[in-house]
Amino acid sequence: MAYMTKALILMTALGLAACKNPDRYGAGGPGDGAGAGAGGIQTGGLGDASDPRSVAYFNQTVGDRVLFAVDQATLSDTARQTLAGQAQWLNTNSDYAIIIEGHADEQGTREYNLALGARRASAVQDFLISQGISANRMRTVSYGKERPVEVCSDESCFSRNRRAVTVLSVGAGA
Amino acid sequence: MICKTPPNGRMRLFFPAPDQIKDDNEHTRNERKKDKYMTLLRTLIPALAIALSGVMPMASTMAQAEPLRIILDSPVIEPLPFAIPQFIAENGEAGQYAADISRVVASDLVNSGLFREIGADAYISNVTSFDAPVSYNDWQAISAQALITGAVSASGDRIVVKFRLFDIASGQPLGEGLQFAGTPGSWRRMAHKVADAVYSRITSESGYFDSRVVYVEESGPKDNRLKRLAVMDYDGANVAYLTDSSSIVLAPRFSPGGESILFTSYSSGFPAIYIMDVASLGVRSLGEQPGTMTFAPRFSPNGRTVVFSLERGGNSDIYTVDVASGQLNQLTNAPSIETAPSFSPDGSQIVFESDRSGNQQLYIMSANGGDAQRISGGAGRYGTPVWSPRGDLIAFTKQNEGRFHIGVMRTDGSGEGLLTGSYLDEGPTWSPNGRVIMFTRQGAGAEGQPALFSVDISGRNLRQVPTSGPASDPAWSPLLP
Repeated sequence: MAYMTKALILMTALGLAACKNPDRYGAGGPGDGAGAGAGGIQTGGLGDASDPRSVAYFNQTVGDRVLFAVDQATLSDTARQTLAGQAQWLNTNSDYAIIIEGHADEQGTREYNLALGARRASAVQDFLISQGISANRMRTVSYGKERPVEVCSDESCFSRNRRAVTVLSVGAGA
Repeated sequence: MICKTPPNGRMRLFFPAPDQIKDDNEHTRNERKKDKYMTLLRTLIPALAIALSGVMPMASTMAQAEPLRIILDSPVIEPLPFAIPQFIAENGEAGQYAADISRVVASDLVNSGLFREIGADAYISNVTSFDAPVSYNDWQAISAQALITGAVSASGDRIVVKFRLFDIASGQPLGEGLQFAGTPGSWRRMAHKVADAVYSRITSESGYFDSRVVYVEESGPKDNRLKRLAVMDYDGANVAYLTDSSSIVLAPRFSPGGESILFTSYSSGFPAIYIMDVASLGVRSLGEQPGTMTFAPRFSPNGRTVVFSLERGGNSDIYTVDVASGQLNQLTNAPSIETAPSFSPDGSQIVFESDRSGNQQLYIMSANGGDAQRISGGAGRYGTPVWSPRGDLIAFTKQNEGRFHIGVMRTDGSGEGLLTGSYLDEGPTWSPNGRVIMFTRQGAGAEGQPALFSVDISGRNLRQVPTSGPASDPAWSPLLP
């Protein structure tokens, strides 16, 4: 199946899922931050992390997230490396669409952090486009400071919360 | 489109307004009302003057870099001592209402920080009849400066509350007796209306007690917080829930008439603004543009326009949308973050935050967009500006040296004063009379819970607003009709 078709079906599925379970951080559970939650976006299993075509491989080996400096949306060299790996994987596994989530740490006002999260997600999207990934396969969403993965209130947690996560949005059946 | 149906089909958010009737049998009406008014006023005006001085004197030093001061250290107000004998129950049915209403009136006044209640155990006089003459000497002897008497009658679905206010020092009533009539379910509103009348007569400013607050109730761990919209009386009573917690909801705002609420929801999977009709709880999306995020909405003073942020391709700018037609109008066009817009009360200007200078600062522009004037100038970052209903001040969140503050400044940026400081204070909302600010305070760490706090614009009278659980993003309604 061409990925466009699959992506269209996916988007429809997302739209329907939104009614029952509006976001992957909805009442159904928080997901695990690695995009494996049962939040209405993914249906398949993670697959075996040793299988380079599996979601688990993408999340763990390629790396599903990049981190940002305080109040910044600029991609670091490390982040670019990770994203180049993501792009390569996405080019190979063209059935997948993605949602890029932008997040901020809690050191900021709610509205500003929403805008900042959007900036971060967009920086990732732009980079992936520059690596040849079609914009049609991507959507971005900002969670601002609403969904930290770490809950302490010092830099050790903040640094991991300032992130953009690439969430694969087709089941890992491939 | 929001798919979810409201948790309850119908819910009464606002009890019907009590009728307000002047006491026609007022035997204490007097011609020298002004003089007496002034007598009691004198006891409070110095306090208010001091309160304001927290903002005023700093104006001259504002030009310097950083006269940032916590005004909590300002001279202490001497709250005005008042007595409020339990209102008289004029029939058997009214007994509990009489007791409860007098307590809510007293609690409103005490919570304002401007009044101190003299306990009933100190009373020399007893008020046995609403129309009996007042023994001023007996109240003077216990140092009461104001006396509030009242009576309640109840029959079926109607209760009537009457009250009078007396200036003890001058030995005269202060204003005419008033009565409010309404359903038993609106007894707290009637109490708030009595307290608003007392506050208003003594301060010569309108009160804020008969008002509601819409907010976000939170539950669950910090990394999987559940949020739902709730509305309560300003003092935390009468909570009602407007949404369930199946998706993240943020920053609700009342319309100028209180009949609808704007909020941001993830119900579609992506943040977008919605408008809820308070009476029916019906929800519809507003200003929806595919592939964008919309957030930070607020009504214009006439309620016909909503100003908000729209993010496209990572960049957030400020737009307005016509509530009826859905017509969009872009007001800013810059690569920086423009958000948190708030109209001036006359609708002619908009204050907002932007990081166009490199970090968050406050700007004012015409309500039609165009050039913006930066108004914030101190150290740190400034966000979430909110224009005072009186038009004179702008409340904001300030972030500086690892702490958050709620502050106020004049609309030209002068007279900055910080009212609070903590690990995380944010999101101020004004009381309908522009005297009190409510905001979110969140503790640090995994156990840090958000709560609602209020503080006077003088920086005095910081107190937590009671809520049934963790709460954030309060927005005050207008004074109810």
